[in-house]
Amino acid sequence: MATSIADRRVVHPVERPAQPYWNPYLAGFALGLVLLGGYLLLGRGLGATGAFSALAAWVASLVSPESAAANPVHARYLDHGPPLLDYVPILVLGTLIGGGVSAWLAGRMRLGVESGPGVSRGARLALAFAGGILAAIGAKIALGCTSGQALSGAAVLNAGSLVFMGAVFASGYLVAFLFRKEWL
Amino acid sequence: MLPLASSVELATGTFLLLTLVGGVAFGVVLERAGFGSGCKLTAVFYGYDMSVVKVMFTAIVTAMAGLWLLASIGVIDMQEIYIVPTNYTAQLVGGLVFGAGFVIGGYCPGTAVVACAAGRTDAWVFALGILAGIAFYAWFMSGVEQWIRANAIDDVTLPSLTGIAAGWWVALFVFLLALAAWGMGIAERAFARLKPVR
Repeated sequence: MATSIADRRVVHPVERPAQPYWNPYLAGFALGLVLLGGYLLLGRGLGATGAFSALAAWVASLVSPESAAANPVHARYLDHGPPLLDYVPILVLGTLIGGGVSAWLAGRMRLGVESGPGVSRGARLALAFAGGILAAIGAKIALGCTSGQALSGAAVLNAGSLVFMGAVFASGYLVAFLFRKEWL
Repeated sequence: MLPLASSVELATGTFLLLTLVGGVAFGVVLERAGFGSGCKLTAVFYGYDMSVVKVMFTAIVTAMAGLWLLASIGVIDMQEIYIVPTNYTAQLVGGLVFGAGFVIGGYCPGTAVVACAAGRTDAWVFALGILAGIAFYAWFMSGVEQWIRANAIDDVTLPSLTGIAAGWWVALFVFLLALAAWGMGIAERAFARLKPVR
């Protein structure tokens, strides 16, 4: 069953078609300035996975404070004050707000599932969940994701970040061929 | 002297407010680039829309050139910049796993946040998958985490590794971006027929 995102439009204050996206090179320049601003003001690049790590650590600490504090993965997020009042979680909170406001103003707010034309809604959601698990484990192993490693690391010529980015695209193109029915 | 946070003692509230503003800008730019859409993001792997590489590559070169310029005139102290530690094995293996998750899931963690905000149900499910993946990693792979951290080296950059000054690398990346822009234009025309009809 094809799930078209277009017929699941949210009621929008001004009824008009979605605005076109920015030119990708201009958007990239703007993203580069945001990244540069992070380095200039706060001395840090961007990140995203860290917010999920902090959230997971916080939930684990609510379930069992002792076992969370004893876990080397969670403990890093629990040993300096409230885990969610930290750099990356607040950054990601801002990303959620900025992304939402921008999508709303551009007429791109849509409630629905995105996938290729030939994939059922259930299959797509199962694949989204599986993909989330893999992306998280990969980002934990690599000490960062597309934001923290690829973008922020490559900008400072971090050797490991460039290895990460090469691996992401190599694996991405291979897996995209195997999973072409999901998207094409 | 920059970064600001190293030369001025910022109150926690001020630091987090600046962070929040930066995050809003990050979200707006990602959304305007089209990265709140799983279809647009994964299109890069089928060649008919190379926006992901165009945006990322341009952003990297912009920030890289800006940092190099400001460092060379002495405005920013690069010693105060946080650089993720390097463990080649971890970053190679992690990248391979992450790439699979990106294609299968349709998002990466940052773009999933934008897509969640734009109402995409699959992005919310992807985000739940991230939390599940982290829980799995914490439960079963904490030994891996300890090995990775124990064998990670700080501040391994191309200039420190090769002795070739940062300015040459910036020039190389600008050249590579121009080359890639030309190649991606060709790829998009060659693979245009793959674009699904929605």
